[in-house]
Amino acid sequence: MATSAVVTRAVALRVNGETARFEVDTRATLLDALREQLQLFGTKKGCDHGQCGACTVHVNGRRVLSCLTLAVMHDSDDIVTIEGIERDGVLHPVQEAFIEHDAFQCGYCTAGQIMSATALLDEPCGPSDDDVREQMSGNLCRCGAYPAIVAAIQAARVRV
Amino acid sequence: MQPFSYEKVTNEHDALERARLANATFVAGGTTLLDLMKLNVEVPAALVDINGLPLNQIEDQPDGAIRIGALVRNSDLANDSRIQSRYRVLSQAICAGASAQLRNMATTGGNLMQRTRCYYFRDPVYPCNKRQPGAGCAAIDGYNRIHAILGVSDNCIATHPSDMAVALVALDALVHIRGSNGERVVPITDFHLLPGDTPDRETVVRPGELITYVTLPNRPFGRHSAYVKLRDRASYEFALASAAVALQLEGGTIQGVRVALGGVATKPWRALEAEQVLTGSTANHGTFRKAADAALTGAVPRRYNAYKIELAKRAIVRALTDALPQDL
Repeated sequence: MATSAVVTRAVALRVNGETARFEVDTRATLLDALREQLQLFGTKKGCDHGQCGACTVHVNGRRVLSCLTLAVMHDSDDIVTIEGIERDGVLHPVQEAFIEHDAFQCGYCTAGQIMSATALLDEPCGPSDDDVREQMSGNLCRCGAYPAIVAAIQAARVRV
Repeated sequence: MQPFSYEKVTNEHDALERARLANATFVAGGTTLLDLMKLNVEVPAALVDINGLPLNQIEDQPDGAIRIGALVRNSDLANDSRIQSRYRVLSQAICAGASAQLRNMATTGGNLMQRTRCYYFRDPVYPCNKRQPGAGCAAIDGYNRIHAILGVSDNCIATHPSDMAVALVALDALVHIRGSNGERVVPITDFHLLPGDTPDRETVVRPGELITYVTLPNRPFGRHSAYVKLRDRASYEFALASAAVALQLEGGTIQGVRVALGGVATKPWRALEAEQVLTGSTANHGTFRKAADAALTGAVPRRYNAYKIELAKRAIVRALTDALPQDL
């Protein structure tokens, strides 16, 4: 059993285009650092065990689960959260499509769904709804908004 | 979570040095490790972050083999065109596992080291010989629907969770392990250990050793290969039974074959009995079913997992059928 005292480290994360420098407990997940230290509450904590996808963010251009990685591991990495995908007040096409297709109910999973969907646009993914479902399977929606989520993503794929 | 020291290393020498610290653990993707640290199942005193090591390439070797760096992410491996064409079963197996986000994080070496999903192992409230040697096993007489029927012992029936490793068994993969005394190369079938009396020992990797590469030898049966995974939901779920097969055919006759099973065994399982039935036989449904029966003759079912015997057989038959070329 480890009995040592709390260990902290200085990190510099590039979050949504701006460098954030802070001291972080080595135990802090990227998710907790984003929410608790950078006050970026858009990224949600669902299961905290990599089973729901609510915490999905982009690290160096790829979607990952921020609950299963440590903030200290991302010194100088490029992080994008849901707060970072609109441009000058203009929503990302995936955000627009989610609104048009009513692709949410309670909204708790939505940030993760959208961060997954925006990454999917640049990944190998077949054209069918089933292909989208498979690539989006890491994002659970307990309200069951899946049909509208798939429709929104398909609409956004045509537009982008 | 208990406090721990953290160091990021950029070369193998430093990695091996740091790993000598008491209760040190390498971290790469972190997807299993952090999950289990939050549950107080893994309690390292020191994390050695190896993401800065130059082990993230997939390289052709002069002898036709492919060498995969231990830090190659699961998604990059699955999407590699060489893997997709020459080792289809590996690409399929990886894509059948976890989610897109997790595959972007999880590494080749880490996948080999992932721990079981046995819920008694994951919950320190229950006795578990794997977590605490000698404590007993809550699964053997407990709710063991997801547990193993092959390779089990009286001390542990926990299932090995990997899809990727099952495909590696069907491809005769080799695991390169670096220690302070140099490198050793271990066939994938010898890499994971049966639980026996020491279920806490899961692989041949010794404390302080580092997985550096996985090599896929140039074998004739990678092209006609397939992975079939059966589970409780269509995606993002661990296998209840899975089969990885690779075939070398001459006309309709099976010249060489590999059959490996996941979701039903305590380690990625090579079904030699099935291979014996298939080798030299005609590739057809009858032969496939005989091979599947042979693969499960040694199964030891418990109260809630006997259904896995038939499930695994059907996975084998379907994988063999999927592996056949279209024109046969």
